[in-house]
Amino acid sequence: MSSIAATGKRSFGSFLWDYLTTVDHKKIAHLYLAGGGFFFILGGLEALIIRIQLIKPQNDFISAGFYNEMITMHGTTMIFLAGMPILIGLMNAAMPLQIGARDVAFPFLNALSFWLFFFGGILLNVSFLTGGAPDAGWTSYASLAMQSPGHGVDYYILGLQIAGAGTLMGGINFIATIVTMRAPGMTYMRMPLFAWATFITSVLILFAFPPLTINLFLLMFDRMFDTAFFNVALGGNTIIYQHLFWIFGHPEVYILILPLFGIFSDVIATFSRKRLFGYTAMVFATMLIAFLGFMVWAHHMFTVGLGPVANSIFAVGTMAIAVPTGIKIFNWLLTMWGGQVTINSAMLWVLGFIPTFTIGGMTGVMLGSAVADYQYHDTYFVVAHFHYVIVGGTIFGIFAGLHYWWPKMFGRILHEGMGKFTFWVFFIGFHLTFFIQHFLGLMGMPRRYWVFLHDQGLELGNFISTIGAFLMGVGTIVFIVNIVYTAVKGEKASADPWDGRTLEWSISSPPPYYNFEQLPLVRGLDPLWIEKMEGDGTIPPGEPLDDVHMPSGSFIPFLMGLGFFVAGFGFIYQTDNGLWYLALYGGMAFSIGCMVVRSLKDDFGYYIPKEELQKALEGEAK
Amino acid sequence: MKGWMGKFRALFLLGSLAFILSACGRDNLTALVPKGYGADISMQLIILTTVVMTFVLLVVMVLYVIVLMRYRKKKGDPVINPEQVEGNKTLEAVWTIIPIILVVIMAVPTVFATFHLADDADAEDHINIDVTGNQYWWHYDYQNEEISTSQDLYIPVNTKVYVHLITKDVLHSFWVPSLSGKLDVNPENVNTMYLEAYEEGVYFGKCAELCGPSHSLMDFKIVVVSQEEYDQWVADMQNFDSEKLELDAVAQEGKELFEEKACLNCHATDTQTYSAGSVPIGPDLTQFGDRSRFAGYLEPTKENLVQWIQDPESLKPGNLMTGAYPEVNDDEADKIAEYLLQLKPSEVSAESKED
Repeated sequence: MSSIAATGKRSFGSFLWDYLTTVDHKKIAHLYLAGGGFFFILGGLEALIIRIQLIKPQNDFISAGFYNEMITMHGTTMIFLAGMPILIGLMNAAMPLQIGARDVAFPFLNALSFWLFFFGGILLNVSFLTGGAPDAGWTSYASLAMQSPGHGVDYYILGLQIAGAGTLMGGINFIATIVTMRAPGMTYMRMPLFAWATFITSVLILFAFPPLTINLFLLMFDRMFDTAFFNVALGGNTIIYQHLFWIFGHPEVYILILPLFGIFSDVIATFSRKRLFGYTAMVFATMLIAFLGFMVWAHHMFTVGLGPVANSIFAVGTMAIAVPTGIKIFNWLLTMWGGQVTINSAMLWVLGFIPTFTIGGMTGVMLGSAVADYQYHDTYFVVAHFHYVIVGGTIFGIFAGLHYWWPKMFGRILHEGMGKFTFWVFFIGFHLTFFIQHFLGLMGMPRRYWVFLHDQGLELGNFISTIGAFLMGVGTIVFIVNIVYTAVKGEKASADPWDGRTLEWSISSPPPYYNFEQLPLVRGLDPLWIEKMEGDGTIPPGEPLDDVHMPSGSFIPFLMGLGFFVAGFGFIYQTDNGLWYLALYGGMAFSIGCMVVRSLKDDFGYYIPKEELQKALEGEAK
Repeated sequence: MKGWMGKFRALFLLGSLAFILSACGRDNLTALVPKGYGADISMQLIILTTVVMTFVLLVVMVLYVIVLMRYRKKKGDPVINPEQVEGNKTLEAVWTIIPIILVVIMAVPTVFATFHLADDADAEDHINIDVTGNQYWWHYDYQNEEISTSQDLYIPVNTKVYVHLITKDVLHSFWVPSLSGKLDVNPENVNTMYLEAYEEGVYFGKCAELCGPSHSLMDFKIVVVSQEEYDQWVADMQNFDSEKLELDAVAQEGKELFEEKACLNCHATDTQTYSAGSVPIGPDLTQFGDRSRFAGYLEPTKENLVQWIQDPESLKPGNLMTGAYPEVNDDEADKIAEYLLQLKPSEVSAESKED
């Protein structure tokens, strides 16, 4: 008896240890999805608290200070700790398989990226337990952020700094992977759109995150070390903070949406049984959107008083983004045109996305008209707009991607009935919540309002909005039930449950830890479809069978994250008590020590012998 | 069945009509019923862009519905392999060029309007008011009239009034939706815009940039009066001297308490007591008795005022008055309230303009 208990215990321990030390992109994807999912639920609860507070005029469900903490943490959590990590999780899960690679270029760095995100996110949320979360909005504009009492904003700075470093590394990693590790024959213009989107998003991360890092450093120095970058009394300037924030912040919204454009493209092509209409135009439209995304940051600042020249230039630039986005919408519709469109859960999310995102794009252009924006800016109209693009685009796309790749990631298909139920409840709830907010904004309700007053015509809209939010909550709960149900009783997935077109569907579900026994030979766009139509339905090998080199796992990434986590507390509290310098220097020394160990210790990984791969191939053939 | 559908449809139509009518929001607050020049220009662009973009949405939705009706795989359909179309140059050119034209249609008026509204060359010929944002109230200095007031801004109808915005603490944003779009109130530079109201009345103003816990309570009012009334108001304010005010016994005691309890350290009751350009620590109370609201959102009843004097934190979290003065008991608060409510320098007041 005792031996059984011991093995059971050991197997959980080894499971945990496996994930703590893994450098396998597929397991890191699981970690990202679990971490991002956890923060998504947290951010969702914060959203519900906000909506309960706004269910009736002059409500006192929560205090004004706590309300500001809620809006700040909801925005920060959803963007940095839920949206982006889940996307990076999906990129990790699918992109290497799509380009026919055995892993990402830097597996160790990949694990480090995750643990930095994880510890950064935890650090940020610890603030709830230590006397107050950040309360200056997710933008944390300098003048208010500098005045904010307590350590909330310090947690924001350090948490995002650590998580952001992880994201930046992830971006660099994906760029290197796509540039160097495409399978034989996988030219750039044969890559699936999701791989393209990952590539372009990573370039955006590479250029957008440094301004955020700098901005956070400046704010940190002002708050902790008495510099005066943003202190107007001492000659500083708060507008600079806004510029730096949006030079990061606007590309950030494209970081949040471009990967989904990739997912939608792949899902639509698969379930329409047709190749993507206008592939080349789609690729270049994505690039153009990314490029223009860096040119329009000041449309978040039309009311700052930059003058008519700046406002006009940024207004026209903003409207111009509608053109490549329109190209995409029409290409998706034309991909379905003439195809055979199977409507399942994954496809439902795509079909929900098209009208929703079109409305979001429509209000985006309307916001781009600077003088009209004088009315929209910082009202519920803007809140409605960015939820239409971020929920209607990013979250709908994440659900589509999860349904689509779940069998590949976990070997089981999510339950269709619950999937469809989730979609309809969430979709209806979403439009109930946010459509009315366009009008609330124009009727005179600014955003970030703790209360709205009696008798200002805002009661009905806010009430409807709160009801909708709860429907979205119900949809999310059913999706979680679906995950548990699928894990226990879900239908086992074949290698290719959707009759797919791209490389990831040519290997078993879930894939072996080395992905491909032999790297595949790619003969065109949609390689698996080509082989199904013109070949024998299997991908020909692009290399002779040989030993495969694999990286070994490592606990160092976790430890490095932990070191920075401890140092974060040191930075935050050294202003109160000099003893905290111990944590600051100790944590930093520990992390840097880990780097030194990593650099000096030779780790050549290991080889999977040819014979083992041969056996696996024969097993598949049977 | 058909009858039921008919009833449902009628109900639905009626419901949506009622909804659309009420959807314009409260008069003098909503941006959807513009009553000033800036709001008017913004509204024209809102309508133009909405119409153009709704057209785009319709085209997308028509295509979308056709695709779903014609190409959806129905139950029992055999699996087919459709033709693998690569693309279509002509079609792709069409949906690139038409959106470019639509963008130009929206961009040209936008640029014109942006430059037009930013033109402040004629500011010297009009009333100029320095507006200072504070946590969580607004102060107004009339540049040439040498009067100051807080919270309720009095302006004449049908003429441009220039406001020059700056903040004493954190960022705010000055927004009177029915009269004009918003402009941020920055600490480092003065931002200038003008208000030009078409109708007399009391307009709702709101702070539109997160400025702390009581951001949502930083409301203010624009009181638009006729030119004659405005002139009278200015004269009344200029001639007002709180020392000469005829007060009843209770209010007189209140006045003494007002000084004794250190209220006077922050609040002036006489618009001329501070030099031009300087901003008091707390709102100017010269015309407190005429205010449409106090603390941004509270009805000016004695009950509210007594509670405010004793415990402002419960009504406006994070305000800077809390703890800045000695304790005030019920009786004292009552007397101070009585005094403040009798500060009425002019016959022209927000009350006379409220519908």
